[in-house]
Amino acid sequence: MTDMTSSVQSTFVRPAQARRDIGIKKRYAAERRFKAYGLTAILIGLFFLFVLLWTVVSKGYTAFQQTAITLPIEFSEKIIDPKNERGANPTKLMTANYPLLVRDALVKALGIDPANKPLVKQATDMVSASARTQLRDLVVANPAIIGTTATVSLLAEGNIDSANKGQIDLTVAEANRKVKDQQIEWMKTLSETGAMAKQFNTGLFTYGASSRPEAAGIGVAALGSLYMMLIVLVLALPIGVAASIYLEEFAPKNRLTDLIEVNINNLAAVPSIVYGLLGLSIFINFAGMPRSAAVVGGLVLTLMTLPTIIIATRAALKAVPPSIRSAALGLGASKMQTIFHHVLPLAMPGVLTGTIIGLAHALGETAPLLLIGMVAFVVDYPGSPMDPSTALPVQIYMWANEAERAFVERTSGAIMILLVFLVVMNLGAILLRRRFERRW
Amino acid sequence: MNMMSEAAVEKALDQKMNTVPFKMIGKDVSVYYGEKRALFDVNLNVRENTVTALIGPSGCGKSTFLRTLNRMNDTIDSCRVTGKITLDDGDIYDPSIDVVELRARVGMVFQKPNPFPKSIYENVTYGPKIHGLARTKAELDQVVESSLQKAGLWNEVKDRLHESGTGLSGGQQQRLCIARAVAVSPEVILMDEPCSALDPIATAKVEELIHELRTNYTIVIVTHSMQQAARVSQRTAMFHLGNLVEENDTDKMFTNPDDQRTQDYIMGRFG
Ligand SMILES: Nc1ncnc2c1ncn2[C@@H]1O[C@H](COP(=O)(O)OP(=O)(O)O)[C@@H](O)[C@H]1O
Ligand SMILES: [Mg+2]
Repeated sequence: MTDMTSSVQSTFVRPAQARRDIGIKKRYAAERRFKAYGLTAILIGLFFLFVLLWTVVSKGYTAFQQTAITLPIEFSEKIIDPKNERGANPTKLMTANYPLLVRDALVKALGIDPANKPLVKQATDMVSASARTQLRDLVVANPAIIGTTATVSLLAEGNIDSANKGQIDLTVAEANRKVKDQQIEWMKTLSETGAMAKQFNTGLFTYGASSRPEAAGIGVAALGSLYMMLIVLVLALPIGVAASIYLEEFAPKNRLTDLIEVNINNLAAVPSIVYGLLGLSIFINFAGMPRSAAVVGGLVLTLMTLPTIIIATRAALKAVPPSIRSAALGLGASKMQTIFHHVLPLAMPGVLTGTIIGLAHALGETAPLLLIGMVAFVVDYPGSPMDPSTALPVQIYMWANEAERAFVERTSGAIMILLVFLVVMNLGAILLRRRFERRW
Repeated sequence: MNMMSEAAVEKALDQKMNTVPFKMIGKDVSVYYGEKRALFDVNLNVRENTVTALIGPSGCGKSTFLRTLNRMNDTIDSCRVTGKITLDDGDIYDPSIDVVELRARVGMVFQKPNPFPKSIYENVTYGPKIHGLARTKAELDQVVESSLQKAGLWNEVKDRLHESGTGLSGGQQQRLCIARAVAVSPEVILMDEPCSALDPIATAKVEELIHELRTNYTIVIVTHSMQQAARVSQRTAMFHLGNLVEENDTDKMFTNPDDQRTQDYIMGRFG
């Protein structure tokens, strides 16, 4: 064996001096250097990605918890409906003095002298003002509750929530602090009795806009974004695919189609705020559509997404091998049949990937929505795309402008939710690509 | 030429090629790609139930001529065809002719096997479906079986008709493409270098198949292999620089060609 190897070597390896010096060592060194540069670039990228995620998550994870104060509330008829008018005038229940119920419950639970007004105010300040609507809704939904006592979980006020999460610096002088010493004292007692506890913050997902952080959520914004995504999907996918098929398969190759092609590529690079201006002047000022409505946002984002979809679809159509077209045409299929039976199905993964990436782009887009007035304080769910609504990224933008500690964590929390949506969409794109892996 | 022996005996039985009627007639066929002229007034007739081989050096216009016979050149934007080509006396470039119907009558097999990335079954049934030749499951099953039988593929694939056509070997794929073409019951089958992507064993199978198909179909085959032309064809046409140099019985072509250029090409002096 050894003999053979050596004899083979002596036959095939030319003597060293016969070889020209072609810098093999240098070439390997260059390769190693290049690999090192690449690795460094990737590590830097990963580092910043990690920093970004870390800041968002470390600031935002607390937003998914919310402090609640659970109290036995006495729905006393004397306070809600003292003159017993609710039979004749149901609106009476809407305007009743519900905060009084909360006050009484707190006074009882904390053992405060009801006559000590400043102290009572400090106590009631601990409960979110949203308690009024919460109790009102309970009573309106079930008037039989009047006269009974029920245990109700009320949201803690934003600053109390922050304090409970340990986010408020208690070493600061009491006068400069949002949370007073007495309140801290009560928080301790309430926590010990189990009346005050952190819960999963479902409100973050369901509430609309509110100036009180504890009652603010992304519900309305998410629904607005959903409406817009549906509009983009329903409009941009068919229009984009039809346009690409026409341009790629049917349009004559001449100056005009070249010009159109160049323009589509340029449109993909146009700053999104320009689309916002376009939407403002065409859809709102000219066509008279409502401001702040998801329908206008959807249309603007459709315009913005179309070039992306068209470019991706054309690339996917181009990538289908010509032999497949020839095969179909050679069998006597018409051009339409060739495209719809063979070419488009093979291009579908590319089309869908492009569409999802376009949608993900549109989902994160803020600037054009600001211009068409979607930066609005919308409390109620939009019943239809014609109603005022906001969008997820706009909600983030608005919360980022708020000063309170509780809004800071909600901003990061909402960013996390948005990121999850984007990651899910991109994963979907990857899965689709895998699923329909090229099969020729 | 020793490759003649067996083939020559068989061809002797086919005596009098000259009396076989024409299936397709090409008269003064010229083809232009934009400004560039690729064929110069070609007069070439294709005889019924005969294998006609088109030979000649690369770029001489064999494929171009072949594609004029089922108007596949229509799919190339810059391409323009002049002259007259008839199929059973009907002008195939007549405006009243539907190219879909023409291609159902004149099928095509390409150089690279190009089955659809679908099941074997769907590959074969696609043509019959779009031409409305078979509708019910039973009819389709029947078409699939008979087409695959004719293409000599049935025994190899009958247990996996619903597996992808692209999973077959190269030779099987090409025979699937032939089955796909046969499934629409064409009268003429055009083959553009059908074996150039195949290994010798697969090539032999396809050649054998071409031989069998000849009884029912008229076949025009482009080949760059002289031996293949000699093995499978009864008539051979030699192209050079867009001109038809010579068209003759295959035996004569390979033993005693009329044209010096044919002689040179066959002897391997150019090409
Ligand atoms: N689609 C096309 N566009 C432009 N020129 C072409 C095209 N197809 C073929 N040609 C030209 O026509 C001539 C003949 O080509 P072809 O018929 O493919 O030759 P062969 O099949 O004999 O090798 C060549 O010069 C080739 O460059
Ligand atoms: Mg060719």
